[in-house]
Amino acid sequence: MTVQMIRNAEDLAERYDIAIVGAGPAGMAAATECAKFGLRTIVFDENSEAGGQIYRAITRNTPAARPYLGRDYWRGASLWEAFVATTASYVPAAAVWSLEQQDEEAELRVSVSGRSMIVHAKRVILATGATERPMPVRGWTLPGVMSIGAAQIALKSAGLLPEGRAVLAGSGPLLYLYASQVLAAGGVIDAILDTTPRRYWLQAAPHLLPFLISPYVWKGLGLILKVTRAVRVFRSVTALEINGKDRADGVTFTAGGKTVSLPAKSVFLHQGVIPHANLANAAGCEMGWNDRQKCFAPVVDRQGRSTKASIFIAGDGNGIGGALVAEFDGRIAGLAAGLEVLGKEPSEDLRRYGRLRQKALRGRTFIDLLYQPAPSFRAPAEEDVIVCRCEEVSVGAIRAAADSGVAGPNQLKTMLRCGMGPCQGRMCAATVTEILADAQQRPPTEVGTYRLRPPIKPVPLSEIAALPHTPDAVYAVTGTHSEH
Amino acid sequence: MFRSIESPKSRVRVIVDGREIEADVAASVAAALLGAGMTAVRRSVVGGEPRAPYCLMGICFECLVTIDGVQNRQACMVPVRDGMVISSQRGARTMEVGGQ
Ligand code: FES
Repeated sequence: MTVQMIRNAEDLAERYDIAIVGAGPAGMAAATECAKFGLRTIVFDENSEAGGQIYRAITRNTPAARPYLGRDYWRGASLWEAFVATTASYVPAAAVWSLEQQDEEAELRVSVSGRSMIVHAKRVILATGATERPMPVRGWTLPGVMSIGAAQIALKSAGLLPEGRAVLAGSGPLLYLYASQVLAAGGVIDAILDTTPRRYWLQAAPHLLPFLISPYVWKGLGLILKVTRAVRVFRSVTALEINGKDRADGVTFTAGGKTVSLPAKSVFLHQGVIPHANLANAAGCEMGWNDRQKCFAPVVDRQGRSTKASIFIAGDGNGIGGALVAEFDGRIAGLAAGLEVLGKEPSEDLRRYGRLRQKALRGRTFIDLLYQPAPSFRAPAEEDVIVCRCEEVSVGAIRAAADSGVAGPNQLKTMLRCGMGPCQGRMCAATVTEILADAQQRPPTEVGTYRLRPPIKPVPLSEIAALPHTPDAVYAVTGTHSEH
Repeated sequence: MFRSIESPKSRVRVIVDGREIEADVAASVAAALLGAGMTAVRRSVVGGEPRAPYCLMGICFECLVTIDGVQNRQACMVPVRDGMVISSQRGARTMEVGGQ
């Protein structure tokens, strides 16, 4: 048995039992579980290669060719092998741009090879993963500035190392993980500017015990030791800005009460990851504020069921847990969705994966609290800093709108075009919520986030127009019911 | 801002703004541009500022380029192909955006 690879829209069937969006750890694991039941399962992935971000390029990387990627990375290979051995259909380079619950089922619209199709599924599992939380600082739109996740993708998928002076700035484990991979591959990092406030050790300390017995602890400590031996690390960094006119040429920041400037050709930013939930949001799934992770995430039950009965959400897309949690999350959602389609009772496997997931979550609270990005980087005060990169809307404009009483992110969008560009708020939604909450002294949960509507990816109008039209859609446009 | 640490395995040639560059077959267009020393790929729509790929994972839309005559392709999501013609975009994007 082997997965059926689909590369053309014409080869899609109209109906499936289960449709999965995303082929990272959660998506591959979910598909493997669903296919075991013999259910008609299809996986749509936006990337041209499976693995998601964490196991990027896993289908062609080998430990011999890229040994510097580290042990955890290769876990992805067994996930991929199990997935390709199933009878599922797998569609790479497929952008699902609309999802809607209809009756008890779901309708997806997906663009493959320049053509859009409508596909129905009894259950949908969204395994859309995480995106990096935006880190708006002065100069972050300059060429030469990139997210650390992007730099790591360049390494994993194309063997690219930073050239010239490179500085990493921000907070979270990825700074040290990426630095260690660069070092292992023979590269150089000039400095790490760690923006974790010193006091966060105190807020995290009560949760130290479960962290100490988690697998993170040795890995984390080992990484930090290795990296700090080779790289200058500035701690409790504030007031970070990137210098340069047409491209980055340095950074200026405050550390230990002093202002420091360093030359840099490349600046890589990162302050943790947040759920990538645009599709869930546009499908009308309820979103809730996670105050520990400082982000909105779709509301789900223990098996990943969203507030729309036909839509499950697994992995980082429902709250950040990392690759291992995502994998168990995927198995749980896959089993639960599969059992529902078959009309069966919850199985022992479901409970077992639940326990494994719980175990994999150990230590997460400590990491969340320690690496919570500092307020000044989540809701910047500097008026000229750009928040919405697409429409070039600044902190000052958003704060002024907040002061004049703008009701929330959706009104702000209408007023300033903030979040209206092609990225559709992916790069500014988190910051907009935090700035409004800060300026208006309201809890983020009350401020809310953008309400999205399909298409959640830009699709040429010609492609949308070529879709077969339902009688209702024709009626909505023409006001008459046609016969065909 | 990047250099490649791997010896070329299987290479393709693509044309970028009239200049020919080599790239690994498995690379995305964005990775190919970065590997060839090109960072800024377009100008921002409102202020005309130079912009470069930021996320490499399809999120930021900073990498929009014209590929084989089709505008506004996300360079980080499209694998290179031999003979591909890529050009950087300046000024306004004529993009149909949904979601509002
Ligand atoms: S670099 Fe962000 S979408 Fe391509």
